[in-house]
Amino acid sequence: MNPTITVLKREFAGYFRSPVAYIFLIVFLIASIGLTFFVGNFFDGQTASLQSFFLFHPWIFLFLIPAVGMRLWSEEKRSGTIELLFTLPITTTRAVVGKYLAAWLFLSLAIVLTFPIVLTVGYLGNPDWGVILASYIGSILMAGSYLGICSFTSALTQNQIISFILSVLVCMVILFLGWSIFSDFLSVLFPVWIVDAFSNFSFTTHFDSFTKGIIHLHSVIYFLSVSAIALTLNILALER
Amino acid sequence: MVTVQNITKDFGPNRAVDNISFEVTPGTILGFLGPNGAGKSTTMKMLTGFLTPTSGTAIVNGYDIIKDPVEVKKRIGYLPESSPAYPEMTMIEFLHFIADCRGFTDVTERAARLEEVISLCHLDNVRNQTVETLSKGYKQRVGFAQAIFHDPPILILDEPTDGLDPNQKHEVRKIISGMAKDKVIILSTHILEEVDALCNRIIIIHNGHIVIDQTPDEIRKELGPKLDEVFRKLTSPAHTS
Repeated sequence: MNPTITVLKREFAGYFRSPVAYIFLIVFLIASIGLTFFVGNFFDGQTASLQSFFLFHPWIFLFLIPAVGMRLWSEEKRSGTIELLFTLPITTTRAVVGKYLAAWLFLSLAIVLTFPIVLTVGYLGNPDWGVILASYIGSILMAGSYLGICSFTSALTQNQIISFILSVLVCMVILFLGWSIFSDFLSVLFPVWIVDAFSNFSFTTHFDSFTKGIIHLHSVIYFLSVSAIALTLNILALER
Repeated sequence: MVTVQNITKDFGPNRAVDNISFEVTPGTILGFLGPNGAGKSTTMKMLTGFLTPTSGTAIVNGYDIIKDPVEVKKRIGYLPESSPAYPEMTMIEFLHFIADCRGFTDVTERAARLEEVISLCHLDNVRNQTVETLSKGYKQRVGFAQAIFHDPPILILDEPTDGLDPNQKHEVRKIISGMAKDKVIILSTHILEEVDALCNRIIIIHNGHIVIDQTPDEIRKELGPKLDEVFRKLTSPAHTS
């Protein structure tokens, strides 16, 4: 078997050997659906769309993905299993990619499990299915970028709490770059083109177009390259 | 065959291993001795590819540990100190994972090897117990099972009998000497009687340097009849070379 798949399989199964996975899934589903109804006022919109559902994804991810990613490497370091893993005939790159893909698969599962809300709008009205599909693709890609950053920061420490806080901070900076309140503030200080350049580095700027049903190639490349850069740093951090 | 060539490891300003060279041929059980912090584990971690040497290298069965780390790792079985294993997996799941990593694709071959290793390490009654619930002795034996799973030509064991009761120690020593015929075995230990019972060559390392590299008999002849006295003499703070 391909060593990357071996690592992926072990890691993915590992989520379900402890209650952590189930708790995460429950919290994620309650948070994403709850925010849609109680903060996003799903019914008041009177439209058959999931705009008010996907609107919150960047914010939910900000806290929940570091919770998944914080243990990726810090736990291996703390328990010493990293010594086992890196003395098996597996390269660092394959180990990093295998563990990352396992976590991404898990997050994708969590995102897909929100499908009852899709059934709900389908039952209540006539939504644009293309927009919903594009939004889901955008959400999964964005989750991958968040996760890449968390995987990298977890390789810097053997303490999960430090790993969590570092991940939230880094993701928060990237998220805030595109937040309107923040860019309004920036536009007081800088010319518009600088503010625009900044917001082009934000998750929300790229995710927004997905939620409108537009899949820009450059947005797909953006999310994939954030993950790739983070994973490259991750590999460098682990090689001694 | 393991050839260590001028290997050095620095941790920041501290030199843990200083320009060590030695060669081990098949059939040797090499006892690696030294006080805590002497550089034993660091040397072993470099040989197994976990740490990259600051300078120097080692050749393991023709493969360079720096240029071909994966080929080297295929040929080495390694039991790290404190024998780490994934705590949430059951013993059998863990060994299946090791079999996957070691490329045992043939189902019957894998099953046969699993049974062999399980009976050799007396793990039969903990098959479906998760690693985190195992006692220290069992954990150590799971680590040992993992190390010998692919019947490697080179076996590196960091304190293999640490934490075992006298019967288990005896058992592990019996397994080790039973496998020694055509293998290179390097083991570190603090138990000097173990060295006497098991090893046909001794390296004592102190402050990152090799202070002695001989057979137990030669050491006795030249330095005195008692190994622990020799050890103390060579590694006491006064004897810093």
